[in-house]
Amino acid sequence: MIGDQAGTSGGIHGGWTGTVLRVNLSRATIKKESLRQDWAREYVGGRGLGARYLWEESDPNVDPLSPKNKLLFVTGPLTGTNASCGARYMVVTKGALTGAITTSNSGGHWGPELKCAGYDMIIVEGRAPRPTYLWIHNDEVELRDATHLWGKGVWDTEEMIRSESGVPDTIVASIGPAGENLVRFASIMNDLHRAAGRSGVGAVMGSKMLKAIAVRGTGGVKLADARGFMAASWAMKAKLKESAVTAEGLPTYGTEVLVNVINEHGAMPTRNHTETIFEKAEDISGETLTETRLVANKACFACTIACGRVTKLPGEASSKFMVNTNPRNWKIAGEGPEYENAWAMGADCGIGDLDALIKTGWLCNDYGMDPITYGATLAAAMEMYEKEIITNSITGMPLRFGSADALVAMAEKVAFRDGFGDLLAEGSKRLTARFGHPEFFMGVRGQEFPAYDSRAIQGMGLGYATSNRGACHLKSYTVSPEILGIPTKMDPHVTEGKAEITKIFQDITSAVDATGLCLFLTFGVGLEEMLPQLVAATGVSYTMDSLTQAGERIWNLERLWNERAGLGKGSDTLPKRMLEQPIPSGPAKGMVNRLGEMLPEYYRLRGWTADGKVTAAKRKELGLV
Amino acid sequence: MAKQLRIIPEKCTGCIQCELACSFVQTGTFQPARSLIRVHLFDDQASYAPYACFQCDEAWCLTACPVNAITISAAAAKVVVPELCVGCGLCTIACPYGTVWYSPDTHKAVKCDLCAGDPACAHACPTGAIEYVDTPAADWLGPWAADLNQTHAEMRSGGGA
Ligand code: SF4
Ligand code: SF4
Repeated sequence: MIGDQAGTSGGIHGGWTGTVLRVNLSRATIKKESLRQDWAREYVGGRGLGARYLWEESDPNVDPLSPKNKLLFVTGPLTGTNASCGARYMVVTKGALTGAITTSNSGGHWGPELKCAGYDMIIVEGRAPRPTYLWIHNDEVELRDATHLWGKGVWDTEEMIRSESGVPDTIVASIGPAGENLVRFASIMNDLHRAAGRSGVGAVMGSKMLKAIAVRGTGGVKLADARGFMAASWAMKAKLKESAVTAEGLPTYGTEVLVNVINEHGAMPTRNHTETIFEKAEDISGETLTETRLVANKACFACTIACGRVTKLPGEASSKFMVNTNPRNWKIAGEGPEYENAWAMGADCGIGDLDALIKTGWLCNDYGMDPITYGATLAAAMEMYEKEIITNSITGMPLRFGSADALVAMAEKVAFRDGFGDLLAEGSKRLTARFGHPEFFMGVRGQEFPAYDSRAIQGMGLGYATSNRGACHLKSYTVSPEILGIPTKMDPHVTEGKAEITKIFQDITSAVDATGLCLFLTFGVGLEEMLPQLVAATGVSYTMDSLTQAGERIWNLERLWNERAGLGKGSDTLPKRMLEQPIPSGPAKGMVNRLGEMLPEYYRLRGWTADGKVTAAKRKELGLV
Repeated sequence: MAKQLRIIPEKCTGCIQCELACSFVQTGTFQPARSLIRVHLFDDQASYAPYACFQCDEAWCLTACPVNAITISAAAAKVVVPELCVGCGLCTIACPYGTVWYSPDTHKAVKCDLCAGDPACAHACPTGAIEYVDTPAADWLGPWAADLNQTHAEMRSGGGA
């Protein structure tokens, strides 16, 4: 490694707290350690720092659900500051859905609370002998029995911990029944509706018998240069107020603003990606949601965008979709849906019933599972049902495209692994393989695609194929230039220039993910606007070059980790449907994804071998072991 | 009339930029636990209520203080004079809104002093939910007390039913 050993130089002046909490559940031990400052400087925080620790400490070949897998909760140096969107923490582990390194992040108040309690990150090891939760109140850290919480939904869990602790401002990150039952796409939830959603981080937590981490922190986040920091954070906020997306689009319609946009481009995967235009898009759009169901906007900690949607169901809808388990708080307002889950449970399943989507989104939040993979897995099952590969005797109920009843009912069955829900709980790769039709799995590295068809947006295909955590919209969002024209417009149908933009986006995104800021900022500001805050907070003289290189370092380290995990050569690919089956209608009619035109150039730009291996020269350049 | 904080809860998104700004003024760090303006998140009702000292005309905190440590500043704020405050905590009990705090660090009372006429929270709020404007010092508790009296009267008259 480049840089020096922990604690030998510099010292921490702000941004990071300098303390790591190590919790071994098997031995019931808790240790406070100094943060490796050399790693902090090179990998910044969040996604990067987490990857570095995981690389050092955990064998990529472990079973993700075994006690040997480690589960890291990592904040960034800007988490807990007043930098707009400085709310993020990252969960880093080997994903239960994918077997790849995963980095799932969440907003709300949990990450900042952890910083205020005095910790940059928590490393969770082993497996508790019985249901347990971790209690953190500043210096006071202990493992507590969670037997009485096991089986409870996320919302009850938060409330019960808060009331039994007698500390009303406690912020809780927890799993619901889905995580306990090792649903492969279980999420970790905080603040009721905020999710570290994808790749099954909740199942890893469940396998450790860790129900929750409850935090109350009353300390403060320090800054190396307070005056400089305030000036920089004001400047960024002013910029955010000027952008059409961060000042108008997101606050007015939330992420759901994208439904009509993407549909008009013929890029909205519909009925398990058999089509790309959803005829009922209008019914589930941000415009409709805002006009008919929105109660208020909600912001995460320090966020000046406030994209969160608080929605309310009319009484009839609430009771129409009531399922068996009936927590008292299901009739009140909740949050969502966001674009991704409205797509997965909506268009991808052919369902245009907004109320069913809101309801099932809440169910997913309370059960603690990822609505993207849930919706996409149900969509794959629906295609198999329509093609009569599976029948009622297996599914227990008709699974026709468009069935809102199936959507609501199956959510509960998945969370509790009841009946056919037990098979859905494995995700669509395992589900389709089980019935001999892996061609109906729509994803990469075991993780289902998000809401953009890669035949209509070529760059997204390359991004999905090379994404370290499996198909994901958050690792190189080239929808931004290809559809929205941010920062400049690119033609979504061509492959030229896509390798380059994908590499740049992947590296910059990795850097943003390491700071503790929210990716949505990038709609309104660039890394250069975030940089001065990072420098002033930490006192480390990052430059655009060194920060972008930190992003590239993170990307390459994740790649190396995956190589070690056996996900190397040949895994950068897309399903046949994307590569060979042309889009049947709409603006992108006749198109397939031309991955073969982009991948070799991408490898070359990355400085990797022709079959995508990280070279020794690249490792040396980035200071990687 | 004096300038004071006017809070419009309907505009609030719960971002707590106001708490961060307030704690920064006091401590130089971002420490919401030390903020003198607090945002309560009523998650299940989708509402957020920022609240801070109302700078009451007839200030209960000021009246309650046994050593006259609470005075009125040039910005017409009720302020705690730390040199006089003996940390008895009576004002924290007297304030009907719970907006005077006891500081475990200084062992004295702390409350909003309107940042000497330039409140940081109002600057920081991105949605305009906090305004610093000329506004009459209303009898904030009046309508609430009237409501409560009415309810009690109804309960008494319907009592036994
Ligand atoms: S601290 Fe309380 S009693 Fe004193 S002026 Fe403010 S609101 Fe009134
Ligand atoms: S800064 Fe404004 S919008 Fe944010 S919590 Fe405070 S009052 Fe609400």
